[in-house]
Amino acid sequence: MTLRINGRAVQVAAGAMVSAAVAAAGVTQFRRSVTGQPRGPLCGMGICFECRVTIDGREHCRSCQIPCAEGMEVRTDV
Amino acid sequence: MGESFDVAIAGGGIVGAACAEACAAAGLKVVVVEPSVIGGGATAAGMGHIVVMDDSPAQIALTKLSRDLWIERKDALPAEVEYLACGTLWVAADDEEMAEVRRMQAVYTRIGVRAEVLDAHALAQAEPHLRPGLAGALLVPDDSVLYPPCAARHMLRGIEVRRQAAVEITGAGIKLRDGTFVSAGITVNATGACAPELTPGIEVRRRKGHLVITDRYPGFVSHVLVELGYLKSAHSTTSDSVAFNAQPRRTGQVLLGSSRQFGSDTTAIEPQILSRMLRRAEEYMPGIGQLSAIRTWTGFRAATPDKLPLIGPSPADSRMYLATGHEGLGITTSLATGRLVADLIAGRTPPIPPGPYGLIDRNYDAAH
Amino acid sequence: MSDAFHVVVVGAGPAGLAAACRVAECGAKVALVDDNPQPGGQIWRGAASPTAPWIRKIEHRRVEWIAGARVFAAPSPGVLALETFQGNREIQYRNLILATGARELFLPFPGWTLPNVMGAGGLQALAKSGLAIAGKRVVVAGSGPLLLAVAKYLRDRDARVALIAEQAAHPSVVRFAVGLAGSPGKLAQAMRLRAGLVGLRYLTSCWPIAAEGRDQLESVTLRRAGRTWTEPCDYLACGFGLVPNLELASLLGCKLSGRGVAVDDFQQTSVPGIYSAGEATGIGGLDLAIAEGEIAGFAAADHLQLARSRFAARTTAQRFAASLDRAFALRPELKQLATPDTILCRCEDVPLGRVRECTSWREAKLHTRCGMGPCQGRVCGAAAEFLLGWRTDSVRPPIFPARIDSLR
Repeated sequence: MTLRINGRAVQVAAGAMVSAAVAAAGVTQFRRSVTGQPRGPLCGMGICFECRVTIDGREHCRSCQIPCAEGMEVRTDV
Repeated sequence: MGESFDVAIAGGGIVGAACAEACAAAGLKVVVVEPSVIGGGATAAGMGHIVVMDDSPAQIALTKLSRDLWIERKDALPAEVEYLACGTLWVAADDEEMAEVRRMQAVYTRIGVRAEVLDAHALAQAEPHLRPGLAGALLVPDDSVLYPPCAARHMLRGIEVRRQAAVEITGAGIKLRDGTFVSAGITVNATGACAPELTPGIEVRRRKGHLVITDRYPGFVSHVLVELGYLKSAHSTTSDSVAFNAQPRRTGQVLLGSSRQFGSDTTAIEPQILSRMLRRAEEYMPGIGQLSAIRTWTGFRAATPDKLPLIGPSPADSRMYLATGHEGLGITTSLATGRLVADLIAGRTPPIPPGPYGLIDRNYDAAH
Repeated sequence: MSDAFHVVVVGAGPAGLAAACRVAECGAKVALVDDNPQPGGQIWRGAASPTAPWIRKIEHRRVEWIAGARVFAAPSPGVLALETFQGNREIQYRNLILATGARELFLPFPGWTLPNVMGAGGLQALAKSGLAIAGKRVVVAGSGPLLLAVAKYLRDRDARVALIAEQAAHPSVVRFAVGLAGSPGKLAQAMRLRAGLVGLRYLTSCWPIAAEGRDQLESVTLRRAGRTWTEPCDYLACGFGLVPNLELASLLGCKLSGRGVAVDDFQQTSVPGIYSAGEATGIGGLDLAIAEGEIAGFAAADHLQLARSRFAARTTAQRFAASLDRAFALRPELKQLATPDTILCRCEDVPLGRVRECTSWREAKLHTRCGMGPCQGRVCGAAAEFLLGWRTDSVRPPIFPARIDSLR
């Protein structure tokens, strides 16, 4: 299926999580920390909150636990 | 272990800390007795709002003085105090509340507090996430918010702290849980909602509040938003009530309140009260439902029957001071409290008459 | 879709799956809740083969499978509040089984916050969720048998595993491996694992001291027997063992032992009607989780005789758990890796130096904001407990961040 990461179209296998799609788009910085440091996923299981991205306008979504859906619009902190 | 101090203060919350700081600045030798984390009681639970409030002439005088003292020192506050000069918007839902807004504007202006009436359009521009259809608001631009535990810690820099519980306060000093005695010329009970334990008979009751804080949503709210009904809720001395109160933190988190209950002794979250409070918030800011709440907690305000704090020497023994009963204004009025206490102890004339907050002749019946 | 159940099982890893199946076999109405879209927990994430028989069983027995749902509060006795991506709901239970599993222990060291530094289980979970790792150079580090499983998984998917750095000393690891010989099943497993690891460097008494890179990981510096060297890599998969997830149990008032939720022989906690099984009762591995899950399931469905029939299996599995603890205890040098400038709390960017000035976890939270972010202290709290000996304090709802809509 296809979804967009920061406006860029990315194809992923069915069942993939949004975190995989973000990485597939070549993005390693999922968010900026409160002092502006680049951050990416740490725990892979939804407890560290470092993988947060904005999905279809909703902020602070844990991308490692949300399955990709066709047409999703994902934005990372740039 | 018997050292002697000029002033011994029980309670390391923001009021005790402010008293300690002011006394130390007056050249007095000060010790604070606090068994737990500095600023870890109601100081940590509260919203950190610095606000001029008009429940009575005495209250507006105290809050205005104190706010001026905060503004004087705001640039010297360390970053972790997170002082944010965001202003307050007293939100009016209808024409009746708008009339109240105009009345408040006249009162504030008369005493030299900048206040501006915003109509519905201006309010929507100032705070786009408020629901449409509100009548307007009173903008008080010089009000602010900060993070109280760090403010309390900042005030206690260089001041001696005994990490012990106070078990008895007399005119000669404070007895600690480990049996030692801290002797002092003056003692101050600044233990907030626990004050009656050390000074039996004073009319201070615990008034529980619930709070919620969200994840970071910078720009969601820019001013402290308070519904006018807040004044009724704070003013009431009986029923459980909620009133919409939302404020931005410097971190971009949204802090939500407020609730008031008497008679609850547990610190546990009460889902029904929390629910009422959040539903009230949603009536004013419909979009708030989607925000992620990362923490909820409760705290106990120290409430007096006439909504004014108890500041000053005891009629029974002029060496024993009280500095308690600040209800929801402890953060705001901490500095003025400290100033009054230090002035009274040092024999100086305080900047406002201390009588209304004193322990003598408190006319609780006339308060209504 | 129903809301009231005889038994609710929270957590669909091996313990939860085993529990739910046994409850269903006894004919009681049961719901199985997990925050992932598929059952399996961490160890069986995305793995068709081990979970398939259990999934067949839960489908066959009509276990209600509630996916993508996080329990965030317990608003009244017998009720749990859940949040999903779309909305929220409440479910009621007569008996409850907490199979909330474990998470990795992350210890701070310079550079640990760089993108592409992940947990060991973390990288594996992300890879199972679709992260492309073929051709990527990976250093696996930290402690525990998980490192081997992760290295094998990565290698099987064509990642280039540079080495495995295990902080435990060689004799400890050997004793552990020899101890496995006591149980034939485990030994066969160990030998298969070993075969799969042929050609991989497995270095004991070895640990990471820094990760380097500008905006993302570029290399990791390791130490072993006084020697340090730097390995270029694309990913660092680093975890120092597991810690049980205890927040829901604490919220419900269950007493804790030193290792996890305290339970009796029937896996019942200190709260009547609430049971716990698996890693939540103490890190002990797969076989123990399954045995405990079965006992809890039978007990929660009031079939104590059947529960007793699994006691022997549990006892056998407990030996493995004990040897695990001994072999992979964390060495004190790991407390010295972080400098005062190293971030301890990632949510609030609080450096270790500021936290060290405080004298308790509560003071650190209030004065530095450490632990006051969305992870609610799950990452930094466990690290602080190891580094500073602080016990983290009591738990309040929501035990996971939840939308305001869900709270009201």
